Amino acid sequence: MSEPILKVDDLKVHFPVDVGTFFSKKATLKAVDGVSFELHEGEALSVVGESGCGKSTLGRAVLQLLHNTEGQVVWMGENITGYPVKAMRPLRSEMQIIFQDPLASLDPRMTIGEIIAEPLVTHNPEIPKDQVKARVREMMDIVGLLPRMINRYPHEFSGGQCQRIGIARAMILRPKVIVCDEPVSALDVSIQAQIINLLGELQETFGLSLLFISHDLSIVRHISHRVMVIYLGNVMELAEKDALYNAPRHPYTQALISAVPVPDPDKEAHKKRIVLKGDLPSPINPPSGCVFRTRCLYADHQCEQEKPPLTTLNEPTAKGNHQVACHKQAEINSLD
Amino acid sequence: MSIILDVQNLNTRFDTPEGEVSAANNINFTLKKGQSLGVVGESGSGKTQIFMAIMGLLAKNGRTSGQAIFQGQNLLELPVAELNKVRGVSLSMIFQDPMTSLNPYLKVSRQMTEVLIEHRGMGKKEALERSIRMLELVGIPEARKRVYMYPHEFSGGMRQRVMIAIALLCEPDLLIADEPTTALDVTIQAQILDLLHNLKEEMGMSIVMITHDLGVIAGMCDQVMVMYGGRVVETGTVHEIFNDARHPYTQGLLQSMPRIDGDHSEDLYAIPGQPPNLQALPSGCAFQPRCQLASDQCRREQPGSITFASERSVACHRVTEIIELNQEETVNREVAL
Repeated sequence: MSEPILKVDDLKVHFPVDVGTFFSKKATLKAVDGVSFELHEGEALSVVGESGCGKSTLGRAVLQLLHNTEGQVVWMGENITGYPVKAMRPLRSEMQIIFQDPLASLDPRMTIGEIIAEPLVTHNPEIPKDQVKARVREMMDIVGLLPRMINRYPHEFSGGQCQRIGIARAMILRPKVIVCDEPVSALDVSIQAQIINLLGELQETFGLSLLFISHDLSIVRHISHRVMVIYLGNVMELAEKDALYNAPRHPYTQALISAVPVPDPDKEAHKKRIVLKGDLPSPINPPSGCVFRTRCLYADHQCEQEKPPLTTLNEPTAKGNHQVACHKQAEINSLD
Repeated sequence: MSIILDVQNLNTRFDTPEGEVSAANNINFTLKKGQSLGVVGESGSGKTQIFMAIMGLLAKNGRTSGQAIFQGQNLLELPVAELNKVRGVSLSMIFQDPMTSLNPYLKVSRQMTEVLIEHRGMGKKEALERSIRMLELVGIPEARKRVYMYPHEFSGGMRQRVMIAIALLCEPDLLIADEPTTALDVTIQAQILDLLHNLKEEMGMSIVMITHDLGVIAGMCDQVMVMYGGRVVETGTVHEIFNDARHPYTQGLLQSMPRIDGDHSEDLYAIPGQPPNLQALPSGCAFQPRCQLASDQCRREQPGSITFASERSVACHRVTEIIELNQEETVNREVAL
């Protein structure tokens, strides 16, 4: 396989927080705690997890919108960890982001033409105005907006169209990678499908890499090549899409997949659903050893003591590079 | 089975500066005791407003006409004092956002006991004991300690459980759940759905589940009602809707759902266009601008609801052709097998 365009190595993002009301103590919130992965050209890698698991923080740290506490982010062979704003600026044209709330991420006082043109004008101030306009119109056409709407304002558009504007703005510089942070979770079901198909098309046409952050496992199954499951800032499982969905190895992934309702009454009636007990623990005070052990059905003494490393399966049946972080993995999966 | 809720010709309108808006038009349905009804639709389809009208919770500029007979009384005509004897007692509602529906200034204990003291005339102590038992029932650990906490001290899933516990305090005969799990993570959603399912089985409670998630409906409901542009476009049993959808919108919705099972090699089916604006509905059928089968008649006339069996109806001019297509498809599928 070719060199990855993005390599993340043992990334940690910790935030200092105050605990307690009057006699505040300093504590550390470990939003991302040692995540490593590679993203290849033209690949869609999804990051799934529940709210508060650190998936959005991970996306921002990868783009260096947030500085990581430890670890490395290597972009096209260049270590960009801790780059100041100025040094990052030229690289920004190659890495873009799309946000969850489509309307809130657009400036209400700019026309959509100005919004979409802004990255282009910022990075290439020498391009003449009429050329900018031509490129904006071309981009609007690509994402399915009528180019004659160029002078309208964001509030005149529906949620799905606003997300198209966000995508056009991200795409206008022809980036190599786009971080999509829950891009469809604020949209209606019939519009979600339109946006997912658009992202899929753009990815194929432009050879784009996507880091797709989502909590929705059904959508992730559609858009990704590989899927990474995170829990409390730690990677639980990372595998090729089909391997992860057809034969999940980590008890958390198994529970997540079984919990997704399927729109089929017969399947729902006969499905064995693994219901996890309790809630996500606080990332300020995560459990010792394996972070998932407090909700795990199989946890024992070892899980309490040692943090399980992310290990590649070396079985002949394992497909591709299937990584799991669980002490009991072999035991659990030989049971059935 | 006796009928618990009978809604006939319910209409909900809002006066807005831009003129009158019809949020729900000519809604008819019945719900039997111990059954659950799923109400599906996109945002703005009017699904919530039907039940806000039934609960007497419409915004000030809203008006309702029609009938909603619950245990022999037409809820739409009851004065507030009478309605308060029903709401929270035999008819309860839980909302999508548990944070905004709990009072942030009051401890959970106060918000729970209030209901029992008011409606059941219980003493404080007795009411508190019952509240703690109810919190335990919905799966809140250390309920005895947690009952004295404020809403912000609970996580999202726990808050939704508190909401459900409050709604269930007086053991209602009918629970209306408006997107009860939309704001929650899947693992928490699974817990809440299990809880609702058990309540239905064990207490014989009837449930109305308002949601946009067809997966939730498939697992929870007996009957389904599909809404579009303020009207009911299709009703049927859960099997009829999922296996033999007859309205093009229902069919499109089912196909456009990304599924965790099934084939993922192809693009998702996407219904073209945008959901309608209730203030400027298209002429004729509200779905016609997005419908591939739309004819001149669809653009001219609002389709009436065609009833097939007692609970099976479709509002579409082209339904006869669609039924034929469905049958052909079934035959083809059987041949292929």
